[in-house]
Amino acid sequence: MVNYFWIFMCVSGIIYAFFNGTVDQVNIAIFESAKESVSICIGLISVLVFWLGIMKVAEDSGLLEKISKIFFPLIHVIFPEVPKKHPALGYILSNMIANMFGLGNAATPLGIKAMEELNDLNKGSDSPSRSMTTFIALNTAGLTILPTTVIVIRMNNHAQNPTEIIGFVFIATVISTILTLILDRYLHNINAKKMRR
Amino acid sequence: MEFLSLISTWMIPGIILITLIYAIMKKTLAYESFVIGGKEGIQIAVSIIPYLVGMMVAIGIFRASGLMDAFINLVAPLFQQLGIPKEVVPIALIRPISGNAALGMTNDLLKIYGPDSLIGMMASTVHASSDTTFYVLTVYFGAIGMKKMGNTIKIALFGDLVGIIAAILLVIFFWNK
Repeated sequence: MVNYFWIFMCVSGIIYAFFNGTVDQVNIAIFESAKESVSICIGLISVLVFWLGIMKVAEDSGLLEKISKIFFPLIHVIFPEVPKKHPALGYILSNMIANMFGLGNAATPLGIKAMEELNDLNKGSDSPSRSMTTFIALNTAGLTILPTTVIVIRMNNHAQNPTEIIGFVFIATVISTILTLILDRYLHNINAKKMRR
Repeated sequence: MEFLSLISTWMIPGIILITLIYAIMKKTLAYESFVIGGKEGIQIAVSIIPYLVGMMVAIGIFRASGLMDAFINLVAPLFQQLGIPKEVVPIALIRPISGNAALGMTNDLLKIYGPDSLIGMMASTVHASSDTTFYVLTVYFGAIGMKKMGNTIKIALFGDLVGIIAAILLVIFFWNK
C-alpha cells in the first residue's frame, strides 16, 4: 500500500505539473525536500543520542523496569502481546508521557526505540505486529495535555489567553485515542477471524 | 495554567535528575551506559534518511505541482457541509502530510482573524489535536527497516480525522466568547 501511495504521489504530481505549468516549482521542490529531510535526520542525531543515552542509564539501573511494573496493568490492556518485564513497555510508556506533555524532541527517539523493541518481539516478520499498529495508532491519535507548539504560536499572535485551548485539545484527543483503539482492536479481530478460517 | 507551564519547564531536567539519582543508588555505571545507549542513536538517525527523503520528495512533488491544492478544493465543500469553516479545512487536510505547511497556515489564520476569534480557536485546537501522521509512520517504520505498513495507515488517519472533528465540535458547542 505504501508502495502505491508513494508512486501515486510522484507520478500524479509530475503529470499534473505538466498540464498546470508548474514543472519549474516541482524541480525546485524535489531537491528542497530531499535537502530538508536530510537536515531533519541530522537534527534527529542530537536528540536520539541524548535520549537513548539517558534511557539506557534508566534501563541498566532498573528504573525503567520498575516504572513499567507500576503501569503494567494499564499497558497490558492496550498491548496484551508484550510480555511483562519486557523493555518495550518502558519505552512505550515514556514515549506516551513525552507526547502528552508536548516534548516532541523526546517523544520521537523514545518512540523509535519502542518500535525497535516491538520489532524484536515480531521475530523477523516483514509486516507490522499488532502491538506496532496499536503503538502507532496511539501516537497519531496523540493524547495531549500540553500542546506546546500551538500555545507558543498563540502567544506570538498576542492571544489574551494562549492556554485556553488546553481543555478542548485534551478532550478531543481523549476521544480520538479511545475511538482509534476501538478501531484498531476491531480490525485486529476481523483479521484474526480470517486467519482462523 | 501556571502549574502546567512549570511542569513543562521542569519535566526534562527532572527526568534526568531522577534517572541519575536512581543510578547512583543502584551503583550503575551511568556514564558508560549513556555512551553505549547514545551510540545507537547515530546509527538509527542515519538509517532513517532514505525513508524520509523518499517520502518527503513525493510530498514535495505533490504539493509543488498544485495537485494538493486542487485536491483540497475538491473535498473542501464536503467538509464545509459538516459545519467546518472553509478557512480551517486546509489545515485539517494538510496536517497529516506536512507539519510545517500546517503550522504556517495556522499561524496565518491566527494573524488574520486573531487567536481569540472562533476561527482562531478552531485552527489552534484542530492543529493541536492532529498529528503529522506520515512523518511519524515514515520515521518509526524507517527506523526498523519495515516496508509494509498493513492497516496502520488507515487506523492512523482515522485517529487524525476523529481528533479534528472532535476538536471542531467541542469549540462550536462549548466555547463562548
